Amino acid sequence: MHLENDIDKSTSIGMVKGQIQRRKRTDLVFAAGGLVTMVLALAVLLALLGQLVMDGIGRLSWQFFTSFPSRFPTQAGILSAWIGTVIVMMLTALAAVPLGIGAAIYLEEYARHNWVTDLIEINIANLAGVPSIVYGLMALGLFVYQFHLGQCFLTAGLTLGMLILPMVIIATREAIRSVPSQIREASYALGATKWQTVRDHVVPYSMGGILTGLILALSRAVGETAPLITVGALSFIAFLPHPPWQSAFPFFSLQWMFDPFTVMPIQMFNWVSRPQEEFHLNAAAAGIILMLMTLVMNALAISIRARFRARIHW
Amino acid sequence: MNTPLARSEVFRKETDFRVYSATISQFKERGIELLLLLAALTSIAITLGIVGVLLYESVTFFRQVSLFDFLTDTQWTPLFSEPHYGILPLVSGTLVTTLVALLVAMPMGSLVAIYLSEYAGANIRETVKPILELLSAVPTVVYGYFALLFVTPLLQKVWPGLPGFNMLSAGLVIGIMILPYISSVSEDAMRAVPVSLREGAYALGATRMQTAIRVVFPSALSGIAAAYILGISRAIGETMVVAIAAGMQPTLTWNPLEPAATMTAYIVQVSLGDLPHGSIGYQTIFATGLTLLVITLLFNIAGHALRKRYRQVY
Amino acid sequence: MATGSDARLPVKAESKALSFYYGALHALKGISLVIPERHTTALIGPSGCGKTTYLRCLNRMHDLYAGNRYEGEVFLYPDGVNIVAPSVDPIEIRMRVGMVFQKPNPFPKSIYENVAYGLRIRQPVRRTELDEAVERALRDAALWTEVKDRLHEPAWALSGGQQQRLCIARALATGPELLLFDEPTSALDPTATARIEELVTDLKQRVTIVIVTHNMQQAARISDFTAFMYEGKLVEFDRTEIIYTNPSNKLTEAYVTGRFG
Repeated sequence: MHLENDIDKSTSIGMVKGQIQRRKRTDLVFAAGGLVTMVLALAVLLALLGQLVMDGIGRLSWQFFTSFPSRFPTQAGILSAWIGTVIVMMLTALAAVPLGIGAAIYLEEYARHNWVTDLIEINIANLAGVPSIVYGLMALGLFVYQFHLGQCFLTAGLTLGMLILPMVIIATREAIRSVPSQIREASYALGATKWQTVRDHVVPYSMGGILTGLILALSRAVGETAPLITVGALSFIAFLPHPPWQSAFPFFSLQWMFDPFTVMPIQMFNWVSRPQEEFHLNAAAAGIILMLMTLVMNALAISIRARFRARIHW
Repeated sequence: MNTPLARSEVFRKETDFRVYSATISQFKERGIELLLLLAALTSIAITLGIVGVLLYESVTFFRQVSLFDFLTDTQWTPLFSEPHYGILPLVSGTLVTTLVALLVAMPMGSLVAIYLSEYAGANIRETVKPILELLSAVPTVVYGYFALLFVTPLLQKVWPGLPGFNMLSAGLVIGIMILPYISSVSEDAMRAVPVSLREGAYALGATRMQTAIRVVFPSALSGIAAAYILGISRAIGETMVVAIAAGMQPTLTWNPLEPAATMTAYIVQVSLGDLPHGSIGYQTIFATGLTLLVITLLFNIAGHALRKRYRQVY
Repeated sequence: MATGSDARLPVKAESKALSFYYGALHALKGISLVIPERHTTALIGPSGCGKTTYLRCLNRMHDLYAGNRYEGEVFLYPDGVNIVAPSVDPIEIRMRVGMVFQKPNPFPKSIYENVAYGLRIRQPVRRTELDEAVERALRDAALWTEVKDRLHEPAWALSGGQQQRLCIARALATGPELLLFDEPTSALDPTATARIEELVTDLKQRVTIVIVTHNMQQAARISDFTAFMYEGKLVEFDRTEIIYTNPSNKLTEAYVTGRFG
């Protein structure tokens, strides 16, 4: 055994060992850095929620829910705001659902590969990235003034409906795509038309994904403020919209759609913009409710997705 | 296996299930396809609406204000008796807040993405993902509240002279807001890098950090660049955080410790006021909106092109 | 070629110089084949020879995907309609020609609803008639006794073999004149396979059957006529016994004796 290179060998092995030690240290530092960043993000989230709850919890009460805004912070409440949110969300869904699901069905099941289809797809991708306030500007020029709808619930619903339309389309397309071709072929082989296949199989089996996408989109819309400010939401509404019924024929009324409107985030914005600290507490309380609405909707979406996944097997 | 099969007649002529009219069915199918196509075309209608409204009002504006003045004047005072219509103050506001946001979101987002994609086990990912999703679900008006009433006072402890409205708080909070977005798109890009590439590096004795930085990051570069660009676009379009925390005073300044108005905050400010429809003050918000749209559109197109590229490479 | 008494067998379907293109790929080259009524015709051949492609022409399945093109004619008797003519509505054809697929693909619905679907889409049917038709179909598919107490339970809870019999019942419920099987047992275990083969043997008395199989022994067991295809062409068509014991074509002989494929 020729050992003359023993010393060289041990030195180079020593060098390698040293390098490995150093690299392991930097590796550890890097991993620690990543971990620290995530902890930081968590800390920020907790600080945000904590601040909100600490400031606002004292103002949460039945009176808060059932009072209109007022000049006096302790008497002010969110009645018109949360009812407004509910109504606007309803109208938003009514606008986005038929258009969004219809568009997605067309693109996935009917559209041929030509330039029109490409144009529509590029367009949807672009719309998803347009700042929300631009939708407000469009709605202002188009719905409020051009179509003379005024600054009302209908306009608000249409505005937010347009805003979440790309999200609904994209989520619905993904849900539809997950239906395997064997199921479609089985339906066609029985003599079903394209519409029958879509109506009886494709849409029902993707309902879970469609509903999840819709609810997540609506949870985004709940927090939207900028486009509604532009469209003309008021933040001092001390009255409720007209009821949907009336005593004369035809006994239902659409007057409420044309009433002035407000929503939760706008009320919160108004209160946080005031200099008096008492209004800030109101803002925090409104913020808690807003967060709860968002969280509940997200949880609902997740549970619906799980429920539907359990029922569909292929 | 001698179970006698039923001797029943499958094809009784009395119950002929073959009632089918090709013409009626085809007519109905065409009609449904047309309706669905119309739904898909609404997306194009929306884009036309946005562009149409913005151009229409801006054209009137630019008849009275030269494009040169608009782009180079250093004052934005549309409501003064001697009005100035230079968009630079608004652009500088947007730019500074976006830069601050990026200084926060890019390093943090990338670190989190690298950690989740290369280091974290399933447990950590299960914990971190919901936190990030929660961060992105918080309504922007709540973030605005947080920026004004938590971050600013906190920063004022470090810089006692910090004004109540400043771009730093707003920028930091926007950074946190877009962090989940940047991290998730980056992470997708990194996970798309094939395992074989990583294994090649590990086989050569590289540590995880080295592999991450020298192999995975560069390979996923176009996807990560897409994440940055789309994050920038998101930050540019952000409205409520700046409207609440950065102030609404258009000032041409590059110092984040001062208050300023962004393009988005300006639109909100005017919408909150009472400008008569058709006045030049009213038209300024559309000119601003058009500028905003053009800028975000450029970033979006670049981001999507990059995203398509990284998706095609593998 | 089939001779003698076979020439007098009534014909259910007949393809005349049928060619098919997947885009630019010429997958079927001038196939002229006779499918005798109320008999089982098997299509055999090595992978890629075009047997499934041919099968899917018979119910216009290729129409579902863009870029496909038919040439030639396929006549469905007794009326002689050309299945692949562009002017013929594929829905009409699929109402007369049923298909059972390679991997069982029941709908994620109940057993009852799976069988009933084909009936529902044709015309409004009274509930009692529907119940009867579903029972009949399940009996004919040798599945009734196993599922009669759980008709409204999900179809995916059934075993693979049961699911395939359910798919057969689904196809039978609407009274097809021609039933196409695309390798129906390749995803099933031997016991389930045996049950399905028994079913097919029994069904052919009432429905004309065309079955694609890569399993030569299966074709030998259950079919009356066999067509051997190779590289998109029809090489030989004759009574199954003749194909297996005394084929006219050297290629056929090489295939059935296992020298390739």
